[in-house]
Amino acid sequence: MQLSRDDLLTAYRIMRTIREFEERLHVEFATGDIPGFVHLYAGEEASGVGVCMHLDDRDRIASTHRGHGHCIAKGCDVDGMMAEIYGRRDGLCAGKGGSMHIADLDKGMMGANGIVGGGPPLICGAGLAAKQLGTGGVAIAFVGDGGSNQGTTFESLNLASVWNLPCIFVIENNGYAESTSSKWSIACDDAADRASGFNMPGVVVDGHDFFAVHEAAGEAIKRAREGAGPSLLECKLNRYYGHFEGDAQTYRGQDEVKKLRESRDCLALFRENVTSAGLLEGAELDAIDREALAQIDGAVTKAKTAPPPTAADLLTDVYVTY
Amino acid sequence: MSEGIRPICMPKWGLSMKEGKVAGWLVDEGDALAPGDEVIDIETEKISSAVEAADAGVLRRHVAQEGDVLPVGGLLGIVADEGVADGDIDAFVTDFQANFVPPEDDDEDSGPATETVEVAGRNIRYLTKGEGGTPAILIHGFGGDLNNWLFNHDALAARRVVHALDLPGHGSSAKDVGDGSVGFFADIVTGFADALGIEQAHLVGHSMGGAIALAVARAAPARVASITLIGSAGLGSDIDGDYLEGFIAAERRKDLKPHVEKLFSDPALVTRQLVNDLLAFKRIDGVTAALGTIREAFAPGGAQAEVMRDVAGSVPTLVIWGAGDRIIPASHADGLPDGVDCTVLDSQGHMVQMEAATEVNRLIDERLG
Amino acid sequence: MARTATYQQAINEALAQEMERDETVIVMGEDVAGGLGTDGERDAWGGPLGITKGLYGKYGDRVMDTPISESAFIGAAVGAATAGLRPVAELMFIDFMGVCFDQIFNQAAKFRYMFGGKAETPVVIRTMYGAGLRAAAQHSQCLYPVFTHIPGLKVVTPATPYDAKGLLIQAIRDNDPVIFCEHKALYTLEGDVPEEPYALPFGEANIVREGDDVSIVTLGRMVHVATEAADALSGDGIECEVVDLRTTSPMDEDTILETVENTGRLVVLDEAHPRCNMATDIAAMVCEKAFDSLKGPIKQVTAPHTPVPFADTLEDLYIPDAAAVQKAVKAVMESSK
Repeated sequence: MQLSRDDLLTAYRIMRTIREFEERLHVEFATGDIPGFVHLYAGEEASGVGVCMHLDDRDRIASTHRGHGHCIAKGCDVDGMMAEIYGRRDGLCAGKGGSMHIADLDKGMMGANGIVGGGPPLICGAGLAAKQLGTGGVAIAFVGDGGSNQGTTFESLNLASVWNLPCIFVIENNGYAESTSSKWSIACDDAADRASGFNMPGVVVDGHDFFAVHEAAGEAIKRAREGAGPSLLECKLNRYYGHFEGDAQTYRGQDEVKKLRESRDCLALFRENVTSAGLLEGAELDAIDREALAQIDGAVTKAKTAPPPTAADLLTDVYVTY
Repeated sequence: MSEGIRPICMPKWGLSMKEGKVAGWLVDEGDALAPGDEVIDIETEKISSAVEAADAGVLRRHVAQEGDVLPVGGLLGIVADEGVADGDIDAFVTDFQANFVPPEDDDEDSGPATETVEVAGRNIRYLTKGEGGTPAILIHGFGGDLNNWLFNHDALAARRVVHALDLPGHGSSAKDVGDGSVGFFADIVTGFADALGIEQAHLVGHSMGGAIALAVARAAPARVASITLIGSAGLGSDIDGDYLEGFIAAERRKDLKPHVEKLFSDPALVTRQLVNDLLAFKRIDGVTAALGTIREAFAPGGAQAEVMRDVAGSVPTLVIWGAGDRIIPASHADGLPDGVDCTVLDSQGHMVQMEAATEVNRLIDERLG
Repeated sequence: MARTATYQQAINEALAQEMERDETVIVMGEDVAGGLGTDGERDAWGGPLGITKGLYGKYGDRVMDTPISESAFIGAAVGAATAGLRPVAELMFIDFMGVCFDQIFNQAAKFRYMFGGKAETPVVIRTMYGAGLRAAAQHSQCLYPVFTHIPGLKVVTPATPYDAKGLLIQAIRDNDPVIFCEHKALYTLEGDVPEEPYALPFGEANIVREGDDVSIVTLGRMVHVATEAADALSGDGIECEVVDLRTTSPMDEDTILETVENTGRLVVLDEAHPRCNMATDIAAMVCEKAFDSLKGPIKQVTAPHTPVPFADTLEDLYIPDAAAVQKAVKAVMESSK
């Protein structure tokens, strides 16, 4: 898929919005105002955005506990997300889900997921529904390297293949399942190698490179839309923060993250690529940077002052009818 | 040896009755009986009622005792003439019990089965009993079915063929009720008679079924030998609109029961099984919608749409009402045209043909001749 | 007169009628048609006991065989339910919940709440449960209490063919996830079943038998054990009221409390293991809400706290029977004089 100028601006804007969202959460979480846990996506933006740039509202994604980036990439309301993370009544999930369960089914976002490997079976269902109802939609499971070792993922790869579903499994391998290296926990060289065992294409891409992700995802999604079945995409990338906020990351090398930020940052790579090719001006990108910062400022301000859920909300929304 | 000895057996009320429980004897051993006297109270899962004497004689023996549960056909007691020796009665009882075989669940001979006929593109279920004579057609009311006649059908069928049908939207008939009007149902009844090759019939209608009988008599008087109107609609505009609405709206046992209790003079007759059966009917797909359509056409805004008092008397007409009818007031029986026979039974309610079956059967049977 | 059908036929008919009515209804599970990929017959099995037999012929690809991958296909049913289908997934034995429970209780059950009331997950998971077929410890359990514990799930345990059809139709039309538990010893039970489709509401217990002396509250196959015991006790002059829960979630507390208020005596009969089962749940609820109505202690009749044994002699001892119920009823009568 050829990217127009508008597409490039949009892609950059979404990546930058995710980055600002996560960097700001890193700061705000430390103040103690945010309940629970947050798992930040900073550093991985090119993956979620590179994939989701191909999607529209008929398409569905399932995410992981590190789900903020996928939510924003799939079009979830940023103010609503921030309010949700603060546990507010007008949060995207009325303050009942929080960071690990942000969802917006109208946008095709089936939820961040607190269960590692929880998403792939659901995505088989979304793919099945798209196929049965003839919507032309595809369904995409984002899975971490940890989730790639779950039985649910293996079962889902097999099911998607034998049912010939329009599903794509995107393994975001950031090198660590919590504090354990994927080099140790994944028995083969690349998680993508496993695709051959399920009779589907398996592709490894540089997850820092928006354009590489976008191109590989485009092929997989085209294949799925045409009825040719599922694919597996492994994005090799890095996270800038710990498994969760508060993780001292003693398992990481000295200056590991600092070097990654300097040399492999997906936003910097994107900027360099488009400006050196003369596709976009640096000033345009600077403007987006400022706007993203302002948007997140606004979201945080609104979230902090928004009312919490009421006692009555405790008992609602368990069932449609009971 | 059984000369003059007549057994009283467990009756079969309705198609699903397999056994009944003796709730109590109403006459003592040695009492003289006239035909139609109530002899013994029987309870079933669905309903309680009395068995009445078929013949004159003396109640000689209580064979079953209060609390006993007997299968349909089981021996309850013995009626015999005064002169019959006790020893002969003993022998009769011994012989009866030795040879009695309770009906099997699936026994084809355990009673007539319902049949289905297509009328105006709809399957109509009906049950036929008896033979010969001018046929009678029993037409139930709103929310009812052919089982509403379970205490009448056998008695009336002793002297003629009697068909009881399920109207569209009811019982096991199709659930499409057209525009739901009395005229629509009248066409169904006429079509039913056509399908069975009935030239002329006595129409016996209860409640809305009475209005339907009136509408048939108005549209096709030549097809009608007589009409019997029991707690009938079509004779005035009053009707308990809350009942109709509540009956349709009730989704649970507790909600439905109070409405059904309005039908009877004795609310104890509204057993859990009766309510469950009504709920089972209402829960079938399409029934609630059908009943809603009927209500809109039959009693929009809680008043009957069609008053046909002038039709009463245009054919031989018998009117029977329970004085305490809470659904359609018995005052509608007042001032009907000359020639209409009218009986209002004290302390009876809307389901007078069930609660005062003996008297209602006698009135109808006399009338039909 | 209603036509007679078996529990198994009633379930098949409910599936067929709902598939006919609504093309978003699909059926999936291991061997629900069978024969896929073989040289032999398609629709070879219709489920391991033939419950879904014939649906493939009528509805083709809407009857989907699955690999033996309960996590994936139960999860797929859940995901599809959020995306416009009404899947009925067959979890062959309730005991297999162990390999797919996450998709049921962490995903399906919680979506609506976690997503702030903006999700509907109209999925039905049909599953076979219960002892009595010498199927041993991993194919015989009564695990409905585990599902009943989970907010967001509805749990259905029909005891009769009539209930099986009406409750399954309701389950399919319901917009919440429903665990539909079929007792494997009831499949051949016959009863009246209307041919037309009908839906029975959840949360309405059925009073199977009326009586004024002792209430027996029970569910599933045990309804028939309770009735057998009640019939025998009637001969001894003790009249039992037998209440069939029909659904454990929602549970018809009103009917339970009413029957206890009527009789003042309660026996709770549950085929599940004794800890944290329906019997303990109901006994606790009655103690809390109707203690003053009780004339004496409640008795619980349950299976023992053991796995389900294999040998027929042991399994027969394991399953609560009418004699155990009669003994409990008499004990309750004795202790409440």
